[in-house]
Amino acid sequence: MDVAVRELSYAQAIQEAMAIAMEQDERVFLMGEDIGVYGGAFQVTGDLVERFGSERVMDTPISELGGAGVAVGAALTGMRPIFEFQFSDFATLAMEQIVNQAAKMRFMLGGEVSVPVVMRFPAGSGTGAAAQHSQSLEAWLGHVPGLKVIQPATPHDVKGMLLAAVADPDPVMIFEHKLLYKMKGPVPEGHYTVPIGKADIRRQGRDLTIVATSIMVHKALEAAAALQAEGIDIEVIDLRTVRPMDKQTIIDSVKKTSRLLCVYEAVKTLGIGAEVSAAVAESDAFDYLDAPIVRLGGAEIPIPYNPDLEKATVPQVPDIIAAARDLAKGKR
Amino acid sequence: MATARKAANSDAAQPNLPFAFRKYTAEQLRDVLHKMYLIRRFEEGAEDAYMRGLIHGTMHLSIGQEASAMGICMPLTDQDQITSTHRGHGHCIAKGADVKRMFAEFFGKTTGYCKGRGGSMHIADVTKGNLGANGIVAGGIPIAVGAALAAKKLKNGKVAVSFFGDGANNEGAFHEALNMAAVWRLPVIFVCENNGYGMSTSTERSTAVKNIADRASAYAMPGVIVDGNNFSEVAEAAEAAVERARAGEGPTLIESKTYRYRGHSKSDRNRYRTKEEIEDWMTNRDPIALFEAELKEFGIIDDAGIEAVREAVKKEIADGIEFAKDSPSPEIRDLENYVYTEVA
Repeated sequence: MDVAVRELSYAQAIQEAMAIAMEQDERVFLMGEDIGVYGGAFQVTGDLVERFGSERVMDTPISELGGAGVAVGAALTGMRPIFEFQFSDFATLAMEQIVNQAAKMRFMLGGEVSVPVVMRFPAGSGTGAAAQHSQSLEAWLGHVPGLKVIQPATPHDVKGMLLAAVADPDPVMIFEHKLLYKMKGPVPEGHYTVPIGKADIRRQGRDLTIVATSIMVHKALEAAAALQAEGIDIEVIDLRTVRPMDKQTIIDSVKKTSRLLCVYEAVKTLGIGAEVSAAVAESDAFDYLDAPIVRLGGAEIPIPYNPDLEKATVPQVPDIIAAARDLAKGKR
Repeated sequence: MATARKAANSDAAQPNLPFAFRKYTAEQLRDVLHKMYLIRRFEEGAEDAYMRGLIHGTMHLSIGQEASAMGICMPLTDQDQITSTHRGHGHCIAKGADVKRMFAEFFGKTTGYCKGRGGSMHIADVTKGNLGANGIVAGGIPIAVGAALAAKKLKNGKVAVSFFGDGANNEGAFHEALNMAAVWRLPVIFVCENNGYGMSTSTERSTAVKNIADRASAYAMPGVIVDGNNFSEVAEAAEAAVERARAGEGPTLIESKTYRYRGHSKSDRNRYRTKEEIEDWMTNRDPIALFEAELKEFGIIDDAGIEAVREAVKKEIADGIEFAKDSPSPEIRDLENYVYTEVA
């Protein structure tokens, strides 16, 4: 049977995934600040409250720590909550419940319980919201055993990975770049899953591997298309999952291309790029490298308000083009 | 002196009996004494094993708080759920745990409740509804609210109880959790076991209100103060709160005023309270001694019966420690187990 494929925005794809999850499983419900009649700060839940009612699309008080804890407790005792943080930055208020409770409960209790909670984090810069509403904290949570951390880059993937997250018995943290919400792409109807822990090769190439996350996947693809005209053939890997990281796909690609560029929006130091680089450096792909590994990440500053400064803080397409060109041509 | 009688549900006939002696059978009351002794001797046994180097890490003893744990758990079924604290051994036993498996956990053995991964601070017994002790002050409060939310959604009639100490009432999680529980009228009971000190800092120095129960009014829920060393008084408040929760009328905050005889943890040099204060509680307000006196007064048990309870508990403790000693330790090769749910 052919499944119809429509163009949906990233936000619509998330909404559709949550609606399907709630239709299929009575244990699934949504919690978050202003996700009911308001529809969510980014209109991701939209009109779901009208379809499913306020018991299943629950507005919470502005209580990130308590709210996250309630979601953890409900997940521990038979429910499948999807908890929306209004901005990923507010995870800082709930770190206790995420890091000490959700992530460790199963381990501390010797495998006697599971915590099947999904938490959604609108993340990233580019909206002029300045330093407290623009961060990319996925590497923070990626450092915690017990959590799974994903960064879907397309409407297709966010729907499939959200449905995989809801079915997952362990806590899954979804980082959604805010600038992706309006991006459109093909999305199949109905239920399907995209596996957590598997990277995707978005573009095949011979000369250079770019490993990118979230919105940087699209910027990397744009850079790769531009460099094709110069005869540079770039492979673009969409990491998709921060933890557990699909190192094998990266290693296999680098063995083919012998060059690695990591592109991510979060602060460059101690970030995902370091882990990707180390995965290659610690593997037999190291012997295949023809040039040093290069990382392009966010500047070592909080996200500024001024739009020109804001753009300059995180990698942009020309930065990726320049770095990839230098790397491919042996200027590094 | 009251004449000997069997406790029965005959309020009208015996209006002057304390609540517990009207509510519970003689057998139930004797079982309460048994469990209060079990808690105390378990903790003494654990302390002794720690001193002898058989248990590593640290532990937080609740000796002196036994009536509070037992009174609160009286109205609960095995299906009702609790979240507990770093001082949670008593809650675990009161909720029905087997001391063998508790000792095994303290000894870090695979037969322990957490297979040696949690230890004293994360002791749990999910089969009896104990979702676990928690090493983070106030960490379990929102989780209990979540369990109550699940119970309401699943319509399974369960209530959730969150035990926490006086220190937790100054954490933000306390405020957020109590507010949500009240807004959503959830079947949850918040039990603050106020033993006077958050580690070394007294409630007078840390808390703006005189009674922690006073804070209940900020969340539009009943705030009840009980003598936490008086089993009957605690049980009476717990029964009322559980009834209210099961009836869908929402949460209750119970402040159980009690005292811990031992220090905060094994590092405590006891510089913040006087010897006289500790001795006064131990001599004049010991929860087991008070309960025993009542049991004798109302003819539920005699000295020989009490001695029999003590002997039975002594044997259970000795057997538990032997079981723990004889149990296998986890294999190093299993180090990474239980981080994620194993996919079959």
